[in-house]
Amino acid sequence: MLDDQLVVQFLRNYGQGSLQKIDFTGYCWENLIRQSRRVNLLSRVAYFLCELELLEKIPEQPRQHFINAIKLSDANARSVYVEVKAIHQALNKEKVDFILLKGAAYVWSGVDSGKGRLFTDTDILVTKETLLPAETALSHNGWFALSLDAYTQKFYREWMHEIPPMTHRSRQTTVDVHHTIIPPTSRLKPKPIKLWQQADAMENMPGLFVLSPIDMIIHSATHLFHEGEFDQGLRDISDLDLLIREGVIEGNKWEELLVRAEELDLVKPVYYAINFTQKILLTPIPDKIIVKARSLAKMNSFLAMIMDVLYSKALITEHKTYSVNGQSFARWLLYIRSHWLKMPVYLLAPHLCRKSWLRISGQKDH
Amino acid sequence: MLLSQLPANKISEYLSTQELCFKTGSINIAVKSNIPAIIKHITDFYSHYDCLEKSDFIDLHVEVYSVGGYRKFYKPQVTFSFDGYEPFIPLPLKQAPAMFEWGLNWCIANVAHQYLIIHSAIIEKDGYGLVMPGTPGSGKSTLCAALVNKGWRLLSDEMALLSLKDGLIYPAPRPVSLKNKSIQIIKEFAPNAVFGDVIADTLKGDIAHMVAPVSALKGQSVPVKPAFLVFPHYEDNIEKKLIKLSKARALMTLAEHAFNFNVLGEEGFDSMANMIEQVECYDFSYSDLTTALDGIETLIQ
Repeated sequence: MLDDQLVVQFLRNYGQGSLQKIDFTGYCWENLIRQSRRVNLLSRVAYFLCELELLEKIPEQPRQHFINAIKLSDANARSVYVEVKAIHQALNKEKVDFILLKGAAYVWSGVDSGKGRLFTDTDILVTKETLLPAETALSHNGWFALSLDAYTQKFYREWMHEIPPMTHRSRQTTVDVHHTIIPPTSRLKPKPIKLWQQADAMENMPGLFVLSPIDMIIHSATHLFHEGEFDQGLRDISDLDLLIREGVIEGNKWEELLVRAEELDLVKPVYYAINFTQKILLTPIPDKIIVKARSLAKMNSFLAMIMDVLYSKALITEHKTYSVNGQSFARWLLYIRSHWLKMPVYLLAPHLCRKSWLRISGQKDH
Repeated sequence: MLLSQLPANKISEYLSTQELCFKTGSINIAVKSNIPAIIKHITDFYSHYDCLEKSDFIDLHVEVYSVGGYRKFYKPQVTFSFDGYEPFIPLPLKQAPAMFEWGLNWCIANVAHQYLIIHSAIIEKDGYGLVMPGTPGSGKSTLCAALVNKGWRLLSDEMALLSLKDGLIYPAPRPVSLKNKSIQIIKEFAPNAVFGDVIADTLKGDIAHMVAPVSALKGQSVPVKPAFLVFPHYEDNIEKKLIKLSKARALMTLAEHAFNFNVLGEEGFDSMANMIEQVECYDFSYSDLTTALDGIETLIQ
């Protein structure tokens, strides 16, 4: 099922170093462009083609879309530079250290998963103690929180791992300030202090860090397999593929990855990550490592099988050129599951009831 | 082949069951919609556009469809999708044609980065390209519609596509969108122009579309060299005033009207500076349409 989707095939070809061998004149570029744009991967696909000096071989009309997509990710990278410097300036004055997360971190630190990576918000991690000073410092330097109602404020502040997003008044860019990587109400309890201990300091920017390469993988895995949002699932799988190839496969650091995942209490998402990147993008991950991760995660084979079916459906790019039976049902189940993982039932039930009520009565929801 | 040369009922059949494909300038578009108002809009406004073949490369796949679930019955809504992505919140169903046109503008502005895209009307006469950027209410579309009815060629009433390669502006002719009072003004000014129904109470007020003239489609692959940059300002009861602008000032103002300036960065800045270098720049205030047109015609004499 996975094999038929063009964007999946393309990413596999890139990973296996066989992109040069595709039929450049007969290739269905239009479908590749459509599918990859749908999951925010068009710039990455274009970056790969450019990196391998293959753009010239592509017919003119599709080539223009790739060239334009590269302009977009270049612009994104330029704006990250401005944004991170501005955040750093604001926080550094108050001696608040921060770790850049996700897209901004990939682009800023120059790892492979920054290749053609698009994103809109800048995510940062601060310690719980510096959360308030960070919020104050940002609000003194032009960022403000959108006015949210009391319930949403309370929802963010009491149950979530971040404060409400703050938007810059003139640049209209958004920063998400987190104090841990998953909601504190979740069953899994990773300790953020452990992430700080291994974070890499950035040159010439005292107080600015990115996660260590291994922790980047674990965080990316946790984000995808804990949050229940699969709209750009393939983009996230591609991130994981690039992160794993660069951070683990190159130095054969499998042991390190699993030990660290256990240390952070995040083996389960790491199991899903290596299992599905191998399945979907054929990332060269040894089977025995996947089996080991599964047993460390204490998953029985029945549960693993069910999750296999659900995620395999959910992670496929939703696009007209390619339909997946049962995808919305799978995504819905996983969405419910993600809430289940994040909140105890006594919090979850009223929260979902409220969301449904807002939707049915046609009111806005955040 | 033109859309109007398709066998009877094919426009509506293709639109609702597969996709209807046509081109505007260098941009190939595929549309799907089962909304009667969209089928009528395309039949009325796009019949003289070129049909595309199955083998042609399509730049933009768009769809307009009704949404709302159980709300369909008492509050029907419409949404625009760019190949699965919905850039806008749904609008009332009767605004479907306006949403289609806005949606296409959005797609072009977000995809066609081979151009510096300026929010501006662009028309041509005797080889002179006239770029008229304008904030809402400035009267750019009104002037554009009037001039087009006086023999100027329409390239676009909404976006000037300035090529980064050759500094020429490329056409993407589409229906001219007129708002509020200017609908009546142009109907009186050009009784032969063909208009669609007025769509009332949109975000931008009342809207009516005017069919793009056949000359616009005939010249859709002919780019134009920009010669004049005019910033129009409509004001009540004033004498028309054409004031020459300094190039530096014009550049600063024009930058605010570019959709993709930040995407293009240096490349976009250079193209804009080159264009400003070659054109005469004016601020133009006017009240009365007829005297305004005389003012503009004198520019090229």
